[in-house]
Amino acid sequence: MQTPDQAQQPRSHPPRLRLLYELFTTTFVIGALTFGGGYAMIPLIDDAFVNKKGWITEEEMLDIIAISQMVPGPLAISSSTFVGIKVAGFWGGLVSAVGVALPSLLIICVLSTFYLEFKENRYVSAALQGIRAGVVALVLSAVLKLGKKTVKRRFDWAMAGLAFALVIWLDLHPVAVILIAGLTGWLVARREAKTS
Amino acid sequence: MSTAIRLLLDLFFTFFKIGGTTFGGGYAMIPMMQGILTEKGWVTINEVIDMIAISEMTPGPFAVNMATFTGMKAAGIPGAVFATLGVIMPSMLIIAAIAAFFNNVKDSPAAKGVLKGIHPATVGLIATAVISIGRGAFFPGGLAAGPHLFSLLLAALVFLAIQKGGLNPIVAIALSGVAGILVYVF
Repeated sequence: MQTPDQAQQPRSHPPRLRLLYELFTTTFVIGALTFGGGYAMIPLIDDAFVNKKGWITEEEMLDIIAISQMVPGPLAISSSTFVGIKVAGFWGGLVSAVGVALPSLLIICVLSTFYLEFKENRYVSAALQGIRAGVVALVLSAVLKLGKKTVKRRFDWAMAGLAFALVIWLDLHPVAVILIAGLTGWLVARREAKTS
Repeated sequence: MSTAIRLLLDLFFTFFKIGGTTFGGGYAMIPMMQGILTEKGWVTINEVIDMIAISEMTPGPFAVNMATFTGMKAAGIPGAVFATLGVIMPSMLIIAAIAAFFNNVKDSPAAKGVLKGIHPATVGLIATAVISIGRGAFFPGGLAAGPHLFSLLLAALVFLAIQKGGLNPIVAIALSGVAGILVYVF
């Protein structure tokens, strides 16, 4: 039950449960509407939380995006957890992360049942055969696009080449490659800081 | 511990490890996913490729889609839930820790240095994934059976259309599917 007093609270401070509920429904809708993963989601999060609800300032949002890109895991999860924590603390972060992931979970549970059931079907398997070729082209394009953005200096080329070589020729685990790359980046940055 | 519970925990911790070591999101997850998940025998390389296509055509993060699919295939709905929780948990914990203690992490030279090494390495890792998924897509009968010429040609056409014409990924997948049906069924 809402008391008249609570109902009259300013829009930016609804009661706690109500706040968690709104966080959940907002992130759920964002998760259900965003095609193309995390980066496509940022403008929707920005619009919902900065423009519509006014719970987060534009400046906070820039920090949230910057930090979310620095941590491992899906950007969609890190950024919505961060938004949730800013708005309603730990539980806010939890409901926002679950909210944004839940639509995919539900959709894929249903789709994977159909997929596993029908992938041997003559038409479906023919379509999948073609789709797989298209996916190779998509991922290759993504590598080139990301490479143009990320691989610029000689050091970047060395890291990209090293990562590729370690996996292809030495069969090293990608997790080990990430650790080596992070350590190398840290050592190089430290030396650059000392010499300058 | 019963085997069912052990499987759920295995799904959770495997995806926890993937979620905790992948930087860059989206396609950066592919090299981790395909290696670990096919070694575990939970999915085949072709299923990984199909999930990339399905993820492009459905909303939500690729990581969550892949976790849900793998969990679902290995252990039904509980598997999907455990795998998904596993893949999202590391980001949640790290963000919670950052929000509580290290709000200035984005200005830290150490964190910047680490990421300067990791970001280009991620590009190299995704390039290795292109090779593995290419092997799955172009050599459906194994390497010895030789490449599938139609698949190579189709991939080259789609690649050109994306690079030169800015073809949308969803349209690219739909067209490839239609081409597959036309060639392999009729």
